[in-house]
Amino acid sequence: MINWLPTLIAVAVCIIIIMVRVFIGPGAPTRLVAFDTANTLVVAGLVVAAIMFNHAIFVDVAIVYALLSFAMTLYVAKYIQGDKF
Amino acid sequence: METLNTVSYVFIGIGLFFNFVGAIGLHRFPDVYTRLHAATKCTTFGSIFLILAVIVQSAGIWAREGTISQSVICIHSVVALVALLVTNATGAHAMARAAHRSGEKPARAVVDDLANRKERE
Amino acid sequence: MRFLITAVVAYAAYLILTIGSGTVALWSKEELIVGAIFAVIAGALLRNRFIGKDLRMLNPRRWFTFLVYLFPFFLAMAKANIDVAYRVITGRINPAIVKINPNLKNDMSVTMLATSITLTPGTLSVDVEPKTNELYVHWINVDPEILKDMPRDYHPICGSFPDWARRITG
Repeated sequence: MINWLPTLIAVAVCIIIIMVRVFIGPGAPTRLVAFDTANTLVVAGLVVAAIMFNHAIFVDVAIVYALLSFAMTLYVAKYIQGDKF
Repeated sequence: METLNTVSYVFIGIGLFFNFVGAIGLHRFPDVYTRLHAATKCTTFGSIFLILAVIVQSAGIWAREGTISQSVICIHSVVALVALLVTNATGAHAMARAAHRSGEKPARAVVDDLANRKERE
Repeated sequence: MRFLITAVVAYAAYLILTIGSGTVALWSKEELIVGAIFAVIAGALLRNRFIGKDLRMLNPRRWFTFLVYLFPFFLAMAKANIDVAYRVITGRINPAIVKINPNLKNDMSVTMLATSITLTPGTLSVDVEPKTNELYVHWINVDPEILKDMPRDYHPICGSFPDWARRITG
């Protein structure tokens, strides 16, 4: 049995480093890029949490989170480039 | 058992290393496009390896003890992996195009064919 | 034919997502029945959207080529990550946005090439010219030799990926 807690903490530290870029980053495109990166890491962290707590529902949440964050990225990108909806 | 644990630790090491490289690359690179390089490639690769470690572990427990919940974690992790791979690359494409259309210039760029096209029109 | 393929794919997706729910070989009886009903509904509603007019991807040889393609793709992805890690640590970049014309015919191969070169060494697709299928690529470390002549040679930029895209979806 592997102790998964250090892995989860390391992923959380990565997310915190990226969140600094979300807050200071110059301009909307940089913030969008950093936020999308954080979303990817949240998905990975959820999958790790699923095997750590032995709850399979976390992986389902991760799948839905990945697809919803993809939709969010597309819509914000469309907004940034100035399209009409 | 021991072999599976070793393989999992190696996967976790690779995954965490590339995730950290991606996170630091967001701070060290000068503009949106180079940051997208670091963000997309490194975090996708790192997350793939983290999820692969989870798949290896849960498949090992599933084969050994036959627990149903581990099989669910194993199969659904594969689905999450495919979803990540497809959505990350497409999202990077959308973000790069949006950044260029909103007037973001590539820093320290030698040539910019796309800007030349817009001037011609 | 279209209805059948869409329904089978929908049923397979439903079965993957409900694995481990019961006793009939990992699935429960209720999930199997409900999944079949929803697969028929999805197939009836979406058969023209899911496959469209282009029946080219039904050929199993293309799927086999796609599976073979995953190995060089994964190798190139590992190389790309080591390359980016090197550039993050040393900070040595020399970027440019270049236009390449990989001579692809249809939309699906352009999609596949753009996705592939986003994940592989040194390149990131930025925009596409819809009529001529030319790609604008952000290249992180340019080679000055390539920049001299205007219809740029795409081989040093994206390697053999256009050939693979042509073989799989062309």
